[in-house]
Amino acid sequence: MTTLALPTTEEEIWRYSRIDELDLGAYSPQRCATQVVGDPAILVKSSGSNVLKHDDVFTQTNRDNSEAIVIRVPKSHAGGAVEIIHHFDTSGALYCPRVIIEAAENSEVSVVERFVSADGVKALVIPVLEVHAAQAARVSYLAVNELGATTWMIAHQEAEGERDSNLNLSVVALGGDYARVRTECRLIGQGASAQQVALYFADGTQMHDFRTTQEHVAPRTHSDLLFKGAVAGKSKSVYTGLIKIHPHARGSEAYQTNRNLTLSEGAWAESVPNLDIETNEVKCSHASTVGPIDDDQRFYLESRGIEPATAERLVVLGFFNEVLERLPNKVLATELYDRVVAKLAASETVGSE
Amino acid sequence: MSVLEIRNLRASVAGKEILTGMNLTVRSGEVHAIMGPNGAGKSTFSAVLMGKRGYEVTSGSVELDGVDLLAMPTWQRAVAGLHLVMQYPTEVPGVHVDELIEQAWRTRGRSTTELADAVVAEAERINFDARLVQRAVNVDLSGGEKKRNETMQLALLKPKFAILDELDSGLDVDALRDCARRVEDATNEDSLGAIVVTHYARLLEDLKPDFVHILVKGRIVESGGPELADRLEADGYAAFSG
Repeated sequence: MTTLALPTTEEEIWRYSRIDELDLGAYSPQRCATQVVGDPAILVKSSGSNVLKHDDVFTQTNRDNSEAIVIRVPKSHAGGAVEIIHHFDTSGALYCPRVIIEAAENSEVSVVERFVSADGVKALVIPVLEVHAAQAARVSYLAVNELGATTWMIAHQEAEGERDSNLNLSVVALGGDYARVRTECRLIGQGASAQQVALYFADGTQMHDFRTTQEHVAPRTHSDLLFKGAVAGKSKSVYTGLIKIHPHARGSEAYQTNRNLTLSEGAWAESVPNLDIETNEVKCSHASTVGPIDDDQRFYLESRGIEPATAERLVVLGFFNEVLERLPNKVLATELYDRVVAKLAASETVGSE
Repeated sequence: MSVLEIRNLRASVAGKEILTGMNLTVRSGEVHAIMGPNGAGKSTFSAVLMGKRGYEVTSGSVELDGVDLLAMPTWQRAVAGLHLVMQYPTEVPGVHVDELIEQAWRTRGRSTTELADAVVAEAERINFDARLVQRAVNVDLSGGEKKRNETMQLALLKPKFAILDELDSGLDVDALRDCARRVEDATNEDSLGAIVVTHYARLLEDLKPDFVHILVKGRIVESGGPELADRLEADGYAAFSG
């Protein structure tokens, strides 16, 4: 079992989190009920390489209890697609899914991982994702949090991209009680690029928590991050993001945007962008906003004869559209749009009570 | 025939009185130009008529065919037949133009089956790229495209009265002519009554007013025919500061 202690909110990477509420000992490990659908040529059982550089109690707990799903994409293999669906249905259970994606030179793969539990299931899910994209490989990965309102998730993701590779890492979070995703993305070969997007929408007493690092190790690397979230009811969200540019990463570009909508007085969102740049010849920008629906946008729609509730709904859905339009999987994007619509309708009903 | 009647309208912004007793009567098919120097209250007048938050009406009335508009929220004023073409059209990320018009037609009880065809026809008429209607409202559009988009919406929503707030802001000559002519056509085809709020006489070469009003310090100090705009061009606003 693990030897590391639980972190505390004193540590920057856990600041604002609900880690203090966690009693790891209250959960007992259980095997995940997982369906994997995809190209059998790229699915293997053997354990993969380890790209994790940030071990903690959760990555260790995962390692002690997981049976990894390894997706190994051979050289120049194109069009590979895998869908993984985990169902977590036992209260008191600890689930440790682990997915390893190894994309060989010039290969291409698209992976969707869905985390599903019913409302009322008080389980703890500690997923780990490891991604390695070799030279010119193209990896797209989307995590979808469809957890019930009492399930906890603490996810850890690390990805690294070699020369001229492309990583597309996305998260859509609608469910969970406390649901956290930490993503470390490292561009280690020159010309590597990464896009990261997230859509999160919390209501009730949910909390969504995101921590990202865009680490530029090699020259002429490019990263672009867009995280957009909304909080309704008494829910909360946290985003903290770091752009780290190493001394040798000349000519790199890094962009980071985090926008948060607060849909009710009792909701709370925090956004903390950080830059750590160790070379001069780079282009970097970050933008972060937290606030209610823009008055001018609402007025514009109302001035066309659209009722306030509809105007508000259009603005919120429009806010999320920008992320959904960037998701690699268009069919899933449409399904997720419908879920956001349903969730928004439900949170309005509760809000007006 | 419809009538928009503004009587002794006074309004404040942040406790400061900007409109100090506006009187104006507009009938269907008429074009009224309201001209005034910076700070005269032109934009406040537009915002107050449409019911924008932050503007407090302290006295007076605005009635459309005898119905009190000031008692209505913004969206109901629009449904009642009032339309505002904004000086700086707001960008609404992720909300597509066709979606906006669809919702606006729905609240007016209009069937949306002919919407797509109507949008294409109106876009063509105003030289607006019809593909842009499937993009976010005013996002990444040039100044000219924004005003063409605004004018297209006016044509699709067919209000009884429209306030055109500085239609000429940020417009090139071609876009200005296209927009002005489309509004002029609406006054003939749909009997639109138009209130053209502008700083410059140039706009009035394309959108010919029946009446010109000079707005100074929050009220109309002189009214007349199109010749008033010519006098203003020659003498400047200083002559009207009384």
